[in-house]
Amino acid sequence: MLDILTQPFFQRALLAGLAIASVAGPVGCFIVWRRMAYFGETLAHSGLFGVGLGLLLGFSLTLGAVASGVAVALLLMLMKSQRILATDTLLGILSHTSLALGIVTVGFVTGSAGDHMDLLFGDILTVSWKDVSVVWVGGAAVLLILGFLWRDLIAMSVHEELAQAEGIKVRRVELGFVLLIALMTAISMKIVGLLLITALLVIPAAAARRLTNSPEAMALVSAAIACVAVVMGLALSAFANAITGPAIVLSAGLLFVLTLLRPQAS
Amino acid sequence: MLKVTNAILSARDATLTIGGRTILDKVNLDVRPNEIVTVIGPNGAGKSTLVRCLLGLQPLTSGEIIRSKSLRIGYVPQRFPLTSNVPLDVRRLLSLTLKPTESEIDEALAETGISHLKDANVARLSGGELQRALLARALLRKPELLVLDEPVQAVDFLGEARMYELISDVRKRHGCGILMVSHDLHMVMAESDHVVCLNGHVCCEGGPTKVQQDPEFAKLFGPSAARMIAAYTHHHDHDHESHDCGHDHHNHDHRH
Repeated sequence: MLDILTQPFFQRALLAGLAIASVAGPVGCFIVWRRMAYFGETLAHSGLFGVGLGLLLGFSLTLGAVASGVAVALLLMLMKSQRILATDTLLGILSHTSLALGIVTVGFVTGSAGDHMDLLFGDILTVSWKDVSVVWVGGAAVLLILGFLWRDLIAMSVHEELAQAEGIKVRRVELGFVLLIALMTAISMKIVGLLLITALLVIPAAAARRLTNSPEAMALVSAAIACVAVVMGLALSAFANAITGPAIVLSAGLLFVLTLLRPQAS
Repeated sequence: MLKVTNAILSARDATLTIGGRTILDKVNLDVRPNEIVTVIGPNGAGKSTLVRCLLGLQPLTSGEIIRSKSLRIGYVPQRFPLTSNVPLDVRRLLSLTLKPTESEIDEALAETGISHLKDANVARLSGGELQRALLARALLRKPELLVLDEPVQAVDFLGEARMYELISDVRKRHGCGILMVSHDLHMVMAESDHVVCLNGHVCCEGGPTKVQQDPEFAKLFGPSAARMIAAYTHHHDHDHESHDCGHDHHNHDHRH
């Protein structure tokens, strides 16, 4: 039964999945702390447009996804400062418009968006060694940026105006964080897909929140839970023939439910 | 009114218009070293907005904010997310943007009377305990100016009196200027050197006894408010009225 571990495709899937999980854990904590779940989802959805443009014009799909994510995030920050609409309404508009734009663009290139369903739901079992290296290098970059912004981001997550009054350059940190999420989204799309990445960011972090009482502990536990979810999802996929991306998310959901059984840490 | 210029923080004709609505209308305000200035006013009077402008968090439409050079400010904000998602103990709350030593943390917590809460989870603190933790946090910056936005908002009546005592002690011990915002009229007045009554514009200002007799004050809060305050301030009736007493020991070091 463990023969599957010797299969190169499964090894690649495991390596890519664990890398994504280790990065999604800590990044997801900030999504939870800063109440940005919908924001992360919007960024992820907008990634598809970048992919479409990449297919159309022949440049890297990962780069395309990062670029369109950052573009939408900047557009959102601009519209937010205009105070025309409530932020969640704005996110609702941008999220679904950019997703539709992405599907239409991809459809133009391939004739049908169905060929690129893997971008929406991920296809971890088909990742190449090149994909694995992209995930590891991209993931390392995300963790590096996160480590650099760590203290400032935590202060801002606790109280943004207080942090600003105490001299933290909040706009700069915010931009760095947006870039980081866009990058995270781009490297995750082949693994869990653009529709499910928010789940991998939010669910392990929410589960870890109940078990920990310091930011660093929460980030580590969140990464561990995400890793377990990836292994469980891959196992479900290998032995029960479940579609891998959703199987990983379901595993994370199951782990979250298990943490509900334990009383909240102090 | 001619003002001496040794203020550490001043607003000059501070005006803020958002979407055609004037939030602040030519507000002038000075805080000097070792002086408690209290801004009072009804809800929606622009008190917190004025604080945000003074702290540089909100740019003005016109007018200016003048801060003495490299002024160290300790800020205690009005709203603090009690249900913050970030798991945090008090010790960590105090070291979010500073790196205080363990003994500095102990000292600050002892001063605000919550030494026993060093390892407590911030989300579990009561309103008064949180205020004290935030005050300890502000004191760690060795502030020349403390900015307290509604310091007793989440505190019960008894706790309120203790909080004002603490604030008064802090002023005596640290010699810092204090800018306090409140919609609460009673106890605030007793310790204040200068009261500014705000309702978009400055309605009236002066020492607490002068302000409560001002017809503008009665118009804003009703005549009964003035009588109530009298009960709190009668034993603090020494002269607060003059603006130019005994503040000439600091240099004029202003920057824009």
